[in-house]
Amino acid sequence: MGAIQNKVVGPVSEELTLVQAAKRGDDSAFEELVRRYDRNVFRIAQHITQNREDAEDVVQEAFLKAYGNLAQFQEQSKFYTWLVRIAVNEALMKLRRRKPERTVSLDEDIKTEEDSLPREIADWSPNPEQQYTQSELREILSKTIQGLPPGFRTVFVLRDVEGLSTEETAAALELSVPAVKSRLLRARLQLRDRLGKYFQKSGNGNSKNRDATSGDGNQ
Amino acid sequence: MKCAEFLQELTNYLDGVLDDKTKVELENHLSWCHNCYVVCDTTKKTIEIYRDSQLYELPEDLRSRLRSAIMTKCQQHKKRGPQSV
Repeated sequence: MGAIQNKVVGPVSEELTLVQAAKRGDDSAFEELVRRYDRNVFRIAQHITQNREDAEDVVQEAFLKAYGNLAQFQEQSKFYTWLVRIAVNEALMKLRRRKPERTVSLDEDIKTEEDSLPREIADWSPNPEQQYTQSELREILSKTIQGLPPGFRTVFVLRDVEGLSTEETAAALELSVPAVKSRLLRARLQLRDRLGKYFQKSGNGNSKNRDATSGDGNQ
Repeated sequence: MKCAEFLQELTNYLDGVLDDKTKVELENHLSWCHNCYVVCDTTKKTIEIYRDSQLYELPEDLRSRLRSAIMTKCQQHKKRGPQSV
């Protein structure tokens, strides 16, 4: 068993060339940056807000803010990390507006270490995701990650879905590296625990045997 | 290495940033502790399933609509000056 491989977003040097051109007023260079990162920003925003319309708003607002503040971008970090930071802040603002009864912040969710201990050890079936159709799987993954507190969810999405490094995630969320690591561990273990219900081996879980004769037209 | 120590190092192990000595100790632990092996394996699968899930993909039509809205707003902003964001 080895380490997981991260996604690579795109060459940094090209990114810098585009940013510098955009700073000089070349809108087509900025549009290229939008093209390059709009899908990432949308995913992050939808993971945080759990709402598609809000995610669409966040994409627009984040890029517009980046455009308006481009002159302030110092080029010491990657443009993408800077953009993610803007997008996360916009998304958290949306979430606060939608759930005013709860204070939403990345600093919440500090619980005892016990909540990160695995509760369910049962092994999963091989290729467990293949037990479900694509849409069922998306539903399961979406429901499961939505159950995590926003602070855990955001760290997991930036690190493991979007492939930011621990340091980039810390910079984007204005958290310390140890805080990112601790949240990431807990997020990973909690997701694993919850997915076990669908993916574990024998007949204990909710996993279904799908075959052509099941007559399940519910798709 | 004990199970609690394995858990402490799990994230570093999966991220490939463990030093060689700790990595050997951890893999030695995994070779005889079935529970920790399962936790490690299924945590890795969890990450891979999410990473490959294409959850919340932006459909192309919505994508181009958003992009053109963004660029229109950017141009309006340029005309109005830097106070308008």
